[in-house]
Amino acid sequence: MGLVLTEEQMLLKDTAAQFFQEKLPVANLRKLRDEKDATGFDRSVWKEMANLGFAGVLVSETYGGTEFGPVGLGIVLEQAGRTIAATPLLSTVLLGTTALQLGGTQTQRQEFLPRITTGDLILALAVEEGPHHNPTQIATTATASGDNFVLNGSKTFVLDGHIANYLVVVARTSGEVNASEGLTLFLINSADTKGLEVTRTLMADNHNAANITFKDVEVPATAVLGSVDGGWDILEPVLDFGRIGIAAELLGLIQEAFDQTLTYLKERQQFGVPIGSFQALKHRMAEMFAELEVCRSVVLDALNALEDRRNDIPSLASLAKARLSEASQHFTNECLQMHGGVGMTDEYDIGLFMKRARVAAATFGNAGFHRNRYAQLQGF
Amino acid sequence: MEALEQFRSETRTWLEENCPPSIRTPMPEGETPWGGRKASWTNPESKQWLDAMGGRGWTAPMWPSEYGGGGLTKDENKILQQELRRIKARPALLSFGIWMLGPALLEFANEEQKKEHLPKIVRGEIRWCQGYSEPGAGSDLADLQTKCEDKGDHYLVNGQKIWTSYADKADWIFALVRTDTSVKHAGISFLLFDMETPGVEARPISMISGASPFCETFFTDVKAKKENLVGELNKGWTIAKRLLQHERDMISGMGMGTGGGGAGLADMAKEYVGESNGQISDATIRDAVVRQKMDSHAFGLTLQRTNEESKAGQSMGAASSIFKYYGTELNKRRNELIIEVLGTQGLGWEGDSFSTEELSATRSWLRSKGNSIEGGTTEVQLNVISKRVLGLPD
Repeated sequence: MGLVLTEEQMLLKDTAAQFFQEKLPVANLRKLRDEKDATGFDRSVWKEMANLGFAGVLVSETYGGTEFGPVGLGIVLEQAGRTIAATPLLSTVLLGTTALQLGGTQTQRQEFLPRITTGDLILALAVEEGPHHNPTQIATTATASGDNFVLNGSKTFVLDGHIANYLVVVARTSGEVNASEGLTLFLINSADTKGLEVTRTLMADNHNAANITFKDVEVPATAVLGSVDGGWDILEPVLDFGRIGIAAELLGLIQEAFDQTLTYLKERQQFGVPIGSFQALKHRMAEMFAELEVCRSVVLDALNALEDRRNDIPSLASLAKARLSEASQHFTNECLQMHGGVGMTDEYDIGLFMKRARVAAATFGNAGFHRNRYAQLQGF
Repeated sequence: MEALEQFRSETRTWLEENCPPSIRTPMPEGETPWGGRKASWTNPESKQWLDAMGGRGWTAPMWPSEYGGGGLTKDENKILQQELRRIKARPALLSFGIWMLGPALLEFANEEQKKEHLPKIVRGEIRWCQGYSEPGAGSDLADLQTKCEDKGDHYLVNGQKIWTSYADKADWIFALVRTDTSVKHAGISFLLFDMETPGVEARPISMISGASPFCETFFTDVKAKKENLVGELNKGWTIAKRLLQHERDMISGMGMGTGGGGAGLADMAKEYVGESNGQISDATIRDAVVRQKMDSHAFGLTLQRTNEESKAGQSMGAASSIFKYYGTELNKRRNELIIEVLGTQGLGWEGDSFSTEELSATRSWLRSKGNSIEGGTTEVQLNVISKRVLGLPD
């Protein structure tokens, strides 16, 4: 794989771009917000996306998927970022599918993957327990009891948690509270499991998240995804894929915020001239343009690393997530400032981009988390 | 494919026979092979290496062989560079002729000019300098005033250039001169002449780094041959701009060459700042080092992507402007970080209290400040991106 898109990928990009602009424009997110939609997403459009093959991009043809692979999913996520579309792409298509593919038994895959592909099943990864990403700091316990496990604890910021049919829950079966060893993943039906309490959390970006508590939740041993105590071997690569996926989404977001601002600078007149003629704004735009090019290279190489199963995936995931988290903060701040007063209004989209950028930046590790991780991976 | 493997094995054999042992060691200061009539060869093997490589045209591997170049294809050149790296060979020749003038001559010069000048560049016989900036024409280069008058059988040149790199060591100059004073861009021509022509004087300028790589260059009634005007009269600005592109590519490339910035910098920080549990013990410095490393990684990927795009027939447009801006700013940050990591040992000027590397860090830091000024300032680059890429109005 190179850093240039193939013809097939270019086609997918055009299809996805057109789809999100027509079916899930920013207006769609505003509507969900203003109508206080209980599900927080548009299920009928989601079915259409599934019909186009977007829900099965990572799934093999055996299970009805389209097998476009990580680069394909990255392309779709980038376009989703341009309209800040609220969809289960991240929770289900990326995180859910990857967890099942890495840890699922034949039976589990057979049961879940086809229904993910058709858009009928929504999954959510329940990992965080505090306000900062810390995937080894797991206090939620799963204790063996006969053939079953009993879960106790709580999770926060579970993406799509309140609409998910199944939860992938990270719990501790052994080890210290901050150890990567001793974690186990469980696939839990959220509809008919006793002791499970799901509370939707309304976030600034109007994308879905939930808090979940587990009180003596009893699940059968068949609910284990992967091996007991070996959950980290699945969780870490799933998180890395997620980090790269969010970076791809943010790439689309900053591109759109940049494009809208560029248009605005050419139209808005003050002192009798377009404000885009002022060097104080021009240079900032030119600097952002260069950063955009660098961001694009980083995201593409990270997606390639996944596609080619390279051994530098962790470094690339941290490189991409750190860079796009920081860039998205910088871009949305600058774009808002350059819009002036109207940038502060709800009518303009710039504020929505800013809110989504912050939530995405905080998801699965902010820039500081990933700089620290990158340094550790490089041995300093 | 078979032909390429054949080329690789022949190249490997030839390099084994022709690359002297000392050339396969890191290059000490003072052995930089710039060539030219005034070259002094402290290491005779450097000269031997230049003659061998220049003779095959491999100092300019992809130039046509009829002008002394290597006549290699892209793929062959890639193999040659791989094989050179494999044996850690030093460059045979560093040359503004190869990096900047040659590509412009290949595109704009007439047959006689190419035949006359290109082979001498390839063999390192003539060292060139660039006469562009003037005291009154820096960022606004096209405002240059060095006068060039048609005197029938020759041109008469009067004026002054500044920031002429190595003018005191160069044999010939390629200069922008004014051949029409009534218009700005359309009154500039591209002229070549010998630095030994009567009336040429180069005076080195002392820089903040303590070195004097740049000169003020004065022309007083310099007679230049008419056959050495490249391209059409008053059309020199087109050549100038193209050549600036080559220069910017070269500068951003240099920034990257030294800008790996990773393991070396981290090890340096562990040594000078301290280490605890395998980490650089100062959290602020550690974060600065990782930022530098990540920026360098990301920029490297961008160079790679552009390279692949151009191979795939796509173009990134104003790419060279982005690289010049980004590469030089990155290199400045890197140099700034190095002296910070070295602490007071990174601020020594001379003497035995400092290692060679420490002293060179000080000088290199000071030198790096010029990266974002020479060859088009960062601000000019940002203007170019704003106008040409983003279409923002004047």
